[in-house]
Amino acid sequence: MRRARTWLPGLLLVTPSIVLIGVFVYGMLGWNFRVAMTDQHDAVSEGRFVGLENFVEIWDLPRWHLSVNHAIMFTIVFVLGALVLGWLLAFLMEKGIRGEGTFRAIYLFPMAISFVATGIVWRWLMNSGTGERAVGLNRLFDWIGLPQWQWFRDPDWGMAAMAIPAVWQMSGYVMALFLAGFRGVPEELREAARVDGCGEWGVYRHVVLPLLRPVTLSALIILGHISLKVFDLIVAVSGKQIITDVPAVFMWVAVFDSNDPAKGATIASYIVLSVAVFVIPYLIWSVRKERRS
Amino acid sequence: MTAVAGRRAAVFGWARFGLLILFVLVFLIPIYVLLATSFKPLTEADPGQAWNLPQTWTTEAWRVAWEKLAPGLWNSVLLAVPGSLLSCALGSMNGYVLSKWRFPGADVLFTLFLFGMFIPYQGVMIPLVQLLVSIDQAAGLQGVFYGGIPGLVLAHVVYGIPICTLIFRNYYVTIPDELIEASRVDGAGMLRAYWSVVLPVSGPAIAVVIIWQFTSLWNDFLFAVFLTGPTSWPTTVMLNNIAGAQATPYSQQMAAAVLASVPTMLIYVLLGRFFMRGLMAGALKG
Repeated sequence: MRRARTWLPGLLLVTPSIVLIGVFVYGMLGWNFRVAMTDQHDAVSEGRFVGLENFVEIWDLPRWHLSVNHAIMFTIVFVLGALVLGWLLAFLMEKGIRGEGTFRAIYLFPMAISFVATGIVWRWLMNSGTGERAVGLNRLFDWIGLPQWQWFRDPDWGMAAMAIPAVWQMSGYVMALFLAGFRGVPEELREAARVDGCGEWGVYRHVVLPLLRPVTLSALIILGHISLKVFDLIVAVSGKQIITDVPAVFMWVAVFDSNDPAKGATIASYIVLSVAVFVIPYLIWSVRKERRS
Repeated sequence: MTAVAGRRAAVFGWARFGLLILFVLVFLIPIYVLLATSFKPLTEADPGQAWNLPQTWTTEAWRVAWEKLAPGLWNSVLLAVPGSLLSCALGSMNGYVLSKWRFPGADVLFTLFLFGMFIPYQGVMIPLVQLLVSIDQAAGLQGVFYGGIPGLVLAHVVYGIPICTLIFRNYYVTIPDELIEASRVDGAGMLRAYWSVVLPVSGPAIAVVIIWQFTSLWNDFLFAVFLTGPTSWPTTVMLNNIAGAQATPYSQQMAAAVLASVPTMLIYVLLGRFFMRGLMAGALKG
């Protein structure tokens, strides 16, 4: 144990940040949870403690079921889509290709744009007008003989369409992660596997793929937590329409339109919990791993 | 390598190249739409010409979009510049301590910080609004913290602490401990060592953090929509309002979307290298 004189100044220097994180992250998460456990369903009421009542009763609302189902479909399509496309792009570039820098720059640039700007252009592309009124992709599909779609207005598959702009925006990022992963595989390992008689596919299957697991996990965590709180994109594409409602939009409506802090806080708590169940184990795992190495 | 295998590799190489080009075209479709539509006059707004280039190029839509968006762009500058500088200062100090002047429990603290990077901000929004309102009340102000830029800066700086600390910590870990030790032998304390040894070599990390924070602050919509009012709306909120209005023609919507993206796109083009490093740090990789 080193003497306190050595580490105390360091602790003092970080203290402002500790206080800020303590109050604004943990304090407010707790406070939000506390609001969710009251009956403060309007701006003026005191808010009596009602325990987990709000958490149970929200499941009686059809809109809540709808927004949860939407979030699940969006998450599945977005996470899988971005993961597969990002992996494919990295796989195609892995062994080096002419103009790699340019390719990478083009696949990655959507990351620099806001979800709102992305939403505006994709709302045009995914316009549900058909026939004479068709613009965007429907007009393009009409020309090349593909069927026209309702896109995000489709009652069943609308959220799958909503995930397309998100895939467009994030798959370049996944590509960059995977490319770094591919490049991190030592050439000697591949060579050794080849000497042992592995074909290129075997090398990929038994050497490269296992080493890509940590990168895949990181990508999953990042995409997953973006997906469960998705808000900007939905608002920019379709506003507050029920047909594309997700918990984050429902919460916004609960706070500003229904003036119901307790309901808003309940939804927010559910969003936090859905992210926390996989992020906390991941963080503990990655910090432990770093300490070991 | 045999001739057959060589030819197969060449064919495979071209197939890869072809596929990558195809994806480039698909990725660029939205950009074509943004630019082509934004230069169209209203007379060419009918759906039949949706994918055509403008027959007469006009900057009318750009002029109107600029007029509508300019206050938001200015608000975003007032938000993103001080916000990213403050985040950078805090992150640098934290990163320095957590890599070079570690105290008991520093690892646990770091993990607790990192969780702050992943929380959905919806989970703090309602208390945050209440707190900012009461700060205003307590200080006898109106619309400064809640409904103004200072409150938004505060929120971004605080919730930016985790990622900025992470980037700086991972960068400072690569500075040899001997350098700090040497300056300590020369009688330098913690702050002196920071000032004379660590800060002078911090350039790349500072660039990464400022670019990362500037981009996140510029593109943020969630905090902005909860915490600001009409006079302090940043670009994203204004953009969403412009595009959400039924009467706004597509040409103006697209021009506004491009205008709103110019600063971050410029950063991406000019400083892409640092932008990439920020992205990688987001993956806890350093």
